[in-house]
Amino acid sequence: MTVFDRLEAIFPPDRVITDPVRLRTYECDGLTYHRATPMVVVLPETAAEVAAVVKACAEFGVPFVARGSGTGLSGGALPRSDGVLIVTSRMRRILSVDLDRRQAVVEPGVTNLAITEAVRDQGYYYAPDPSSQQICSIGGNVAENSGGAHCLKYGFTVNHVQALEIVTPDGEIVEISEDDFGYDLLGAFVGSEGTLGIATKITVRLMRAPEAVTTLLAAFETIEAGGQAVSSIVGAGILPAAIEMMDALAIEAAEAAVSCGYPADAGAVLIVELDGPTPDVESQLAEVIAICVATGSFEQRVAASAEERAKIWKGRKSAFAAVGRISPAYIVQDGVVPRTCLGEVLAGIDALQTEFGIRVANVFHAGDGNLHPLVLFDDTAPGEGERAEVVSGRILDLCILHGGSITGEHGVGVDKARYMPRMFTDADLDTMQRVRCAFDPGGRSNPGKVFPTPRLCGEVPRVRKGSPGEIF
Amino acid sequence: MDPELIKDCVHCGFCLPTCPTYVLWGEEMDSPRGRIHLMAQHNEGVPMSPEMAGHFDACLGCMACVTACPSGVQYDRLIEHTRPVVEREHTREPRDRAVRALVFALFPYPRRLRLVKPFTRLNRRLAPFLERVHPTLGALAELTPPRSRTRPLPALVRARGRRRARVGLLTGCVQGAFFPDVNRATARVLALEGCDVVIPRGQGCCGALSLHSGYDARTFAKKTIATFEKAGVDTVVVNAAGCGSSMKDYADVLADDPDWRLRASRLKVRDLAEYLVELGPVAERHPLPLTVAYHDACHLAHAQGVRAQPRELLGEIPDLKVREISESAICCGSAGTYNLFQPAPARELGERKAVRVEETGADLLVSANPGCTMQITTAMRRLGRPPIPVAHTAQVLDASLRGLGTVR
Repeated sequence: MTVFDRLEAIFPPDRVITDPVRLRTYECDGLTYHRATPMVVVLPETAAEVAAVVKACAEFGVPFVARGSGTGLSGGALPRSDGVLIVTSRMRRILSVDLDRRQAVVEPGVTNLAITEAVRDQGYYYAPDPSSQQICSIGGNVAENSGGAHCLKYGFTVNHVQALEIVTPDGEIVEISEDDFGYDLLGAFVGSEGTLGIATKITVRLMRAPEAVTTLLAAFETIEAGGQAVSSIVGAGILPAAIEMMDALAIEAAEAAVSCGYPADAGAVLIVELDGPTPDVESQLAEVIAICVATGSFEQRVAASAEERAKIWKGRKSAFAAVGRISPAYIVQDGVVPRTCLGEVLAGIDALQTEFGIRVANVFHAGDGNLHPLVLFDDTAPGEGERAEVVSGRILDLCILHGGSITGEHGVGVDKARYMPRMFTDADLDTMQRVRCAFDPGGRSNPGKVFPTPRLCGEVPRVRKGSPGEIF
Repeated sequence: MDPELIKDCVHCGFCLPTCPTYVLWGEEMDSPRGRIHLMAQHNEGVPMSPEMAGHFDACLGCMACVTACPSGVQYDRLIEHTRPVVEREHTREPRDRAVRALVFALFPYPRRLRLVKPFTRLNRRLAPFLERVHPTLGALAELTPPRSRTRPLPALVRARGRRRARVGLLTGCVQGAFFPDVNRATARVLALEGCDVVIPRGQGCCGALSLHSGYDARTFAKKTIATFEKAGVDTVVVNAAGCGSSMKDYADVLADDPDWRLRASRLKVRDLAEYLVELGPVAERHPLPLTVAYHDACHLAHAQGVRAQPRELLGEIPDLKVREISESAICCGSAGTYNLFQPAPARELGERKAVRVEETGADLLVSANPGCTMQITTAMRRLGRPPIPVAHTAQVLDASLRGLGTVR
């Protein structure tokens, strides 16, 4: 009896994948430079099936990895070649919508956007909006505690999940809820990157769509001036739904790809979105424009219609993919700095560009200091990939130096595990490991992620090309 | 399979939710991203196994992924280059080979199609029997529309009022044989908008069916180019989405032959809706008190990027309301020969589309591709739903321009 026999007993043949050619299509998620072909892929349709697989893994001592749509940018769903890949893409039913209680219960394979689409006509929406919201699964959002442009005002996934049904690494089906007494297990589980089990049912909070939404595009001569405007807006006590910034290189790329019509010669543009009751939005908009002018903005545009709003966002949305068109390859970095240090960190990134001869385009959630520097390089030029990798790592060092973090919303996954010791002491990591072991003493649930493992000597991942996954 | 085109894919997954087979099965290898991965594997030397061929065959070629892709991956070219490789390297079952041969011996030949038309009523009664012989034959019998009278179109329809252009009209195979009224309406609308409409006799298949299935379309392409060159027209207007998209690809199809490639690039091809918007309206629009649901044919919306124009034309008709069909980007499952060769998923997609169409509560479905029209009406019949009348954009415009008041 092997784990294969057990899986074949649980699933019909079309939901167990063992053909090597098919298996290889699952070798990576949205981060393509880490690859491993899974031993076997299963496509469960119910929590009971997930539990049965996980139990089989426990019995045979086989590791397992959960995967939703495979869009993650830190390699969190990188398979194990000696393990089972549990793909939730067929668990995509919206089980119930209760508008009176403003909540919906969904299966993990439901896409983020599908929740909003199900309730939009009734005037509701699901707030966290990662760039990949049209395809990323809510189960993956729970694992990564995903954010998005609007998490500045509305918070991350953890603020919008009210209860979970999970399959523990032993194969037990357990419910955890924000209403539970005692330790906040829900808080521990959300963002655990698949190391504590697999969510099989998610109860999410639905938000009432705001009465008014307005979007402002402000152009600045320098990125420092833009950064100053961000600090002043937040300092004035205004909490916009989103504040996004793009630098000249990112603007140039977006313009080339989608002709979004951003002001020419801008060193930086700021996209500020305000939402709420109409009078509030109107008065805040006036205040924000005044601040932008005071900090040196030479042009401000307010979207007059939904189409104009979409056009402003289009430039921002397409920035990542567009950068791919002006550079043969790139690395998408994800770091966080305190908003007040934005200027210093950007100057530091600038210095790195000069030092290493590597270009960096900056696209970021300025409101909460979440940077997404795009490190551009030519993968056919000898040594450039390595230099880009060094620059990418140094950017994270800069973030840590200024009291920030190595990840804002893409997660640690397999990609950043090696940076964890730069941010945390051994004692910190041991404490995290103890929490993990409380859920998964056998270490079978997504092993090799989050926690640093000894690196192979001189390992430089082969960077193929960055991913446009993060757009908002 | 060009490695340079494959490299453009950054594996972001934005294509997945618009891929009909991913929507049905939720499997990576039946998504555009997964199929590109399979192409890369094949380039690395992995042989074309029946499994791999199956995933390419399962692709509808709807190109919704091309619209969705933020990185500009040319999946349309990738899959078009992959299909001939499948045909070369994968040996199909003898039964499958036989029905494929039958379909490709029949459909691209308008005259042969007209010959089998008298049997269409018999076909439907024979469907269960044919289904047992081969699923493709069953699908074929089920899909064929009821007989309609064909009267030959004149070789030239003169412009009404001031002449603004001289255009050629492609009559198409399935369009011409099963929906002759659409061609008549197209010619009338163009004439009323001030175009001399040349309808060359003896025009054959444009090659779309072959091109989209991995067969050699070059002979069809050359013949069509020569026909319209001889007609001396400014623009060739096409009213079938699949035909228009393949004719716009002629330069790529004939890339190996510099002379023909040049001739192909000189041929100006436009979809009817695209052309009418470019031309601008002159004829008066009379009211049509109707609510219509507009269906995006994939080879119009995704392959040609023609989405706004038909909606604009319909929106200009007084008293006519246009409703959107939810999931409009997802293919109805017709996809050229797909509903013949992959009847099971095609039926599932057809029924999904039929339900979405019904949800709009529209009086009339507007579909600009004969394949979609047959597919959706068949799905509605199979579901036992009250049939919704279907018209081509040309027919709706024709009714408005002529002041018919209502379309049936």
